[in-house]
Amino acid sequence: MFPFRIPIRDWISDGVDYLVSEYAVVFDGFSEMVYFLVNNLKDGMMALHPVILIIIIAAITWYMAGWRVAVFAALGLLLSENIGLWQAFVETLALVLTAELLVMVVGLPLGVLASRRDGFNAFIRPILDLMQTMPAFVYLIPAVMFFGLGLVPGVVATFVFALPPLIRLTNLGIRQVPKELVEAADAFGATSNQKLFKVQIPVATPTIMAGVNQSIMLGLSMVVIAAMIGAGGLGADVLRGIQRLQVGQGFEAGLVVVIMAIILDRITAGFGRQQNPNE
Amino acid sequence: MSDVITVKNLFKIFGDKPERAIESLKKGKTKDQILEEDKLVVGVQNINFSVREGETFVLMGLSGSGKSTLQRLVNRLHEPTSGEIIIKGTDIVKLNEKELRDFRRNNFCGMVFQNFAILPHRTVLGNVEFGLELQGVDKEQRQEKARKIIQQVGLKGNEDSYPSQLSGGMQQRVGLARGLAVDADILLMDEAFSALDPLIRREMQDELIELQSKMKKTILFVTHDLDEAFRIGDRIAIMKDGLIVQIGSAEEIISSPADDYVRAFVEDMDRAAVLSAGTIMQPAKEIAFTGDGPRTILRKMRKHGLSGILMTDSKRDLKGYLLANELADYIQKHQKKENLTLDKSLVHEASKVDEEMALSDVINVYHESDFGPIAVVDANNRLKGVIVRGAIIAALSEGYEIDTDNVSDSEATGNEDEKQSGDKASGDKAE
Ligand SMILES: Nc1ncnc2c1ncn2[C@@H]1O[C@H](COP(=O)(O)OP(=O)(O)OP(=O)(O)O)[C@@H](O)[C@H]1O
Ligand SMILES: [Mg+2]
Repeated sequence: MFPFRIPIRDWISDGVDYLVSEYAVVFDGFSEMVYFLVNNLKDGMMALHPVILIIIIAAITWYMAGWRVAVFAALGLLLSENIGLWQAFVETLALVLTAELLVMVVGLPLGVLASRRDGFNAFIRPILDLMQTMPAFVYLIPAVMFFGLGLVPGVVATFVFALPPLIRLTNLGIRQVPKELVEAADAFGATSNQKLFKVQIPVATPTIMAGVNQSIMLGLSMVVIAAMIGAGGLGADVLRGIQRLQVGQGFEAGLVVVIMAIILDRITAGFGRQQNPNE
Repeated sequence: MSDVITVKNLFKIFGDKPERAIESLKKGKTKDQILEEDKLVVGVQNINFSVREGETFVLMGLSGSGKSTLQRLVNRLHEPTSGEIIIKGTDIVKLNEKELRDFRRNNFCGMVFQNFAILPHRTVLGNVEFGLELQGVDKEQRQEKARKIIQQVGLKGNEDSYPSQLSGGMQQRVGLARGLAVDADILLMDEAFSALDPLIRREMQDELIELQSKMKKTILFVTHDLDEAFRIGDRIAIMKDGLIVQIGSAEEIISSPADDYVRAFVEDMDRAAVLSAGTIMQPAKEIAFTGDGPRTILRKMRKHGLSGILMTDSKRDLKGYLLANELADYIQKHQKKENLTLDKSLVHEASKVDEEMALSDVINVYHESDFGPIAVVDANNRLKGVIVRGAIIAALSEGYEIDTDNVSDSEATGNEDEKQSGDKASGDKAE
């Protein structure tokens, strides 16, 4: 129909090539930081006897979500250990937590910024849409080109996928803070930082925590995909199950992912509740 | 007394390109017309008033009349469309963002909101100390202050509760406490007592009046309750459609309403038309009799600290009114005379009203009367009682019970009023 073809693929490829060659130092630095975080987290957790780590996780769960969930968590984690997936569990947990840490470091400020600047909000919205709807496999390729195979591109892919809900909900939460509360702070002569940290963020915390919760859940959904580029962990076990048609093995790994998801979900949901004690 | 707040030609129009509405207003269009034709909401228009130092100035009017809007303009929570707002000599409309913030911090922190606007994530204590925290007061000091105020507003024991655990009235008191905790000279209070039940409401009003007598803050108080306005306000501005239609003291507004709107307002809620002179009078405890000699009468007046006294004959037929200073002069002049009798010139005509006369008319008589309390007489001119200034104000503002069974209560009022009548009479003497 057209005498020409719009060369999107060339733009993207060239762009990625350019970045890889020109900014190698940056990517290497970032890689090292991610390795450092994930490995330390993983090694730290592996250094503990599984029972001790299970007790710690169950205690946190108890505090945030009540004893029922804590019992479930303890049983679920014991099961993971029992079926030989303990190491995979810890690896995946380290990966997800690291990705989530990055998501918070980047997402919270961007969310706050979006809530304060309509222009920035309008600018970032389509980007967030793109990040969330673009099939995850597509940005595995540039992630691999930037960071090679392994753990780091897995974290990065997880990060990209999990970032949007936190930005969105931080923005939403702050915008939804009742106008009169902000006005009250104004009337008392609050600076814009005081308003942000003493009124807007605390009042928006339940919504922001819903964003954290969602992004962790999305991060977990990336576990298998991340394993395809060598991120290891539970995803690798699922993949092996698929590749070798070992339904049982794949199911076991999937089950442990679900257990982790439930525990993380209840903990973060509990945190949102704790901030607003009477809802 | 100097003016702390002065507002000049203030307009606030909500909507896009509000200048259009100002043109329309100048052409004489009404708020409703502007809403329809220009699609703009007139918040307030052409406002001029000033509040004196230490005064409680009340903004009163029906819902939507612009009370909150005007109050929020005064600390620029709303940006004025045009006009000047001069606070302690500074036109705050001209301040930039940072200057405004500092100005608010130093002058306006005491704001109490109609919708409470307390922070859901903070405890009662955390809310009350909020203003002080923003000012950078250290923790121990501000919590001590906050606890004191919490006790004052009757929330002791709830320091660690969260707002959602409190009733509406309690939340309002948290808002009130937060406003009082910062020691601002200017307090802005928007329907600060509206969510309280009548008893506590009365208590809080008394508390505020008491506080005012000690602290002499300048208060801009918004209410739609006439009783409340009259009770606590030194002066009252009555608003309608964003305009101030009348400014004056309670008595001025009741005795000479500026227009039918104010009249309807005042009539609607006022007891002046309902109460009669007989219902608000008190017994005339000390009176002079025509048979008494000047020295006896003066002694009686001195004993009770009166500067004026009503005189009747032995059948309590009202004869007139005597003034202590004139009596004293008279006695001085005729020192030598043994059997001194009263000279006619000493007996002034007493202001008197019929038992059945409506309070609204009593007020007029009161304004025209030269001295002292007003005598209440029956159809045969027999003295039944007296009305003093305090009783009029109390009757207008307090929800006076027509059948006061409560003896001790009415006695208490009587005593207070007697003191006030003395004050008033001595005031006359000074003139
Ligand atoms: N933020 C706003 N945007 C648009 N219109 C407003 C805004 N705030 C107030 N108004 C309008 O200004 C007018 C005055 O409102 P205001 O809240 O000052 O009334 P009020 O006298 O305080 O009433 P109430 O007793 O109900 O509190 C109303 O017509 C209202 O609709
Ligand atoms: Mg209002």
